[in-house]
Amino acid sequence: MITVANLTKKFGDRAALDDLTLTVNCGEIFGLLGPNGAGKTTIIRMLTMLTKPTAGTISINQLSLNSNQQIIKELIGIVPQHFNLDIELSARENLELHCRLHNIKAKERNDRIEKLLTFVDLLDRANDMVQTFSGGMKRRLMIARALLHRPKVLFLDEPTVGLDPQVRRKIWELVRRLSTEGMTIFLTTHYIEEAEALCHRVAILDKGKLIALNTPRALCHGIGEYVVEWEENEEIRYRFFPDRTQAGAFCASLAAAVTIRRSNLEDVFVEITGRKVVEKNDSPY
Amino acid sequence: MIRHIRTVFWRDWIVLKRRLTRYILSRTVSPILYLIAFGWGIGRAIPMKQGNYLDFIVPGIIALNSMIISFNAVGPPLNMSRIYHKTLEEYLLAPISASSYIIGKILSGVLRGLISSVVIIILSLLFGTHLQMNIWFILALVLNCAIFSALGIVAALYMNSHEDMSNFNTYVLTPMSFLCATFFLPSQLPFIMQKVIEILPLTQASYALRQSSLTGELPGTAIIIMLVYLVVLICIGINKMNRLQE
Repeated sequence: MITVANLTKKFGDRAALDDLTLTVNCGEIFGLLGPNGAGKTTIIRMLTMLTKPTAGTISINQLSLNSNQQIIKELIGIVPQHFNLDIELSARENLELHCRLHNIKAKERNDRIEKLLTFVDLLDRANDMVQTFSGGMKRRLMIARALLHRPKVLFLDEPTVGLDPQVRRKIWELVRRLSTEGMTIFLTTHYIEEAEALCHRVAILDKGKLIALNTPRALCHGIGEYVVEWEENEEIRYRFFPDRTQAGAFCASLAAAVTIRRSNLEDVFVEITGRKVVEKNDSPY
Repeated sequence: MIRHIRTVFWRDWIVLKRRLTRYILSRTVSPILYLIAFGWGIGRAIPMKQGNYLDFIVPGIIALNSMIISFNAVGPPLNMSRIYHKTLEEYLLAPISASSYIIGKILSGVLRGLISSVVIIILSLLFGTHLQMNIWFILALVLNCAIFSALGIVAALYMNSHEDMSNFNTYVLTPMSFLCATFFLPSQLPFIMQKVIEILPLTQASYALRQSSLTGELPGTAIIIMLVYLVVLICIGINKMNRLQE
């Protein structure tokens, strides 16, 4: 469905993305996981024609992005990380504008708008101005808008960033429902649990480079399904094991208090890069 | 293409319709001040060969006002939409051409410019001017609104901050407001300055509006110059819009 080959983006001398090659299958939920600044948004912007690649090729549905922009715009839906709804319009007017821009016939518009507002649970706020909406409502409206023209591929850039856990789960539920209906979903996230909960396959990015790509379980299996953590000389130490039995046997050999848990994508990232996806010093507090 | 032009225009019309009364009322303030200050105040002390100063200045005020309104109706909101609100992305991601977007925006700037001009025309008639409305007057007015809407679009696509937009206003629109045949004829200025000012679009708009309203004649040269400005600005806008990818 999506084929990316040797994709590179440079801003001056700095490579925001370096020689990325990957394929996303039809109907798949594909996740790009990485810390802030890894190049996730740059990829989405190139896939959606908002940013021009420095090198490399992209094709969607076997159509090259270079020569089929107008056709591809009909095939894709985009929910960007930032809120780009028109705050001078109501929710319904925002959707109406999208319908008109995507050539949806007048007699179909109302029906689609009503259905999608119901789908994202905003029908009762249809005529309210968007500027009165909370972050979660805006995000859900952006998802509804992106679905109006029935795209084959949906791009979600950090779809739940800044949202509370309840709204986050609601959006996950929406994404799963879309996937079961056959839509290909390409999302970026820096939330480990989001990538694990939603994605069929995950590509891990760091500093513009692809460092791993597989199913979440296979990535974890690669480092060991279980991890034992313990404290030694005021430092947290850890070790990976292929199964719980071996992890338990190792625990018995330790005098310190230990924790056994299943490994996750954060562990994969730390193992490969030596850093966490969200570093403590990423926060100003 | 026409459907998409209508869509771009529809969005701006929805927003304008919601505040139409407020918009019209706010558009009366500057013209009233201009008419009082330059018509009754300074105007009474200025001797004219034919007619009075109010008859001379009203076409200039209409040109000036429609320039400011059309530019500001399109330029700053589009700049905000591109840089801050990112709502321009909705159009960039849609299967519409750059020309549809540019023409739709120009039409919405023209509409606002015309509404505001109608307000001035009504007020100036109340102040006792002798304006002659005809097809050439309307053509010149529409062209003036279109030129400055297009200039607003070009500025909004090139300027990378709100401050730059404001500077554009200061360096381009403000000098034109004072020099382009609104309050006096450029023939009173030094020769070189006169020639420079005469090629500016607002000067041609003032000439065209004045000639058509005072004599009823077709201001041919001015209309041709204005058309050239409009086409060039539209081409620059479309070209820039097509290259908006980072």
